[in-house]
Amino acid sequence: MKVAITSSGNSLESKMDQRFGRCGFFTIYDTETKGMEFIPNPNKEVQEGAGPASVQLVASRNVQKIISGEFGIKIKSLLDSLKIQMIVFKEPEKTIGDIINMLNK
Amino acid sequence: MSPRPVRSRKISNPPIISGFKPYGNRKTIGDTGTVFLHIEEYEAIRLCDYNMLNHYQASEAMDISRPTLTRIYARARQKIAEALVLGKQIIIEGGKIYFDSDWFLCSSCGCYFNNPEKREEIKECPLCKSTNISNYDPEHDIPEESMLRCNDLCICTNCGYEQPHLFGCPCKEEICPKCHHNMIRKGTLNIRNL
Repeated sequence: MKVAITSSGNSLESKMDQRFGRCGFFTIYDTETKGMEFIPNPNKEVQEGAGPASVQLVASRNVQKIISGEFGIKIKSLLDSLKIQMIVFKEPEKTIGDIINMLNK
Repeated sequence: MSPRPVRSRKISNPPIISGFKPYGNRKTIGDTGTVFLHIEEYEAIRLCDYNMLNHYQASEAMDISRPTLTRIYARARQKIAEALVLGKQIIIEGGKIYFDSDWFLCSSCGCYFNNPEKREEIKECPLCKSTNISNYDPEHDIPEESMLRCNDLCICTNCGYEQPHLFGCPCKEEICPKCHHNMIRKGTLNIRNL
């Protein structure tokens, strides 16, 4: 199963990004193969509609869960219809490595 | 005496399209008009005719009484029949509805999560696998304003006034308190070095 985590940088030590649509990178983590991919977010600087565009990007990778600090108001109905689970995790100090360890527990 | 207020109808998912258009008009009668099918009426059709539930089961799913469901369902069929017979366009919108958002709170790691696959019951936290989870109602627990803040700024396109961006409030809908102009996210527009 694939999980997307919003990240501020492209390493395991980088902190989780508290924003969804305008995060720095998306970490796509596969819990079965333990494979990992960092995708730079092309929607970081767009004027509006960053959230829905990011949903498209993440959904094209077939993820089933998204972990982020917060989701904007346009996101929920989109993710509901795509049957992607949202996990709101308000711990700005946690790194990507910490979260992956939690997922593997 | 005033009538009882309308009870909100629970909708599991929004429809995947926003309407239907007729085609192949035999006579060129031009615009035939529009039927507005409420989302609750769409949901009644979906539950009763697509999922083959009876009216009692469908009313439970929408959190309304059985007679109310039957009335909504009858209205839905009437509207769809009207559109079919008169060749009208159908637009699905409106109605007093709320989307079924089941949020859960994990007491071990403090995360919130929802359950998009509603038929399956959630037993453990998807993040830390703890079973210490409870239901969470965002309407009752309003988050503190400090929780809503992030490091981004909204900026006025007219006078350059900046204010902290709040989660869930699109910058475009924020109004500058100084000059009443619309605002945008700072750093996203190249004009005037904003």
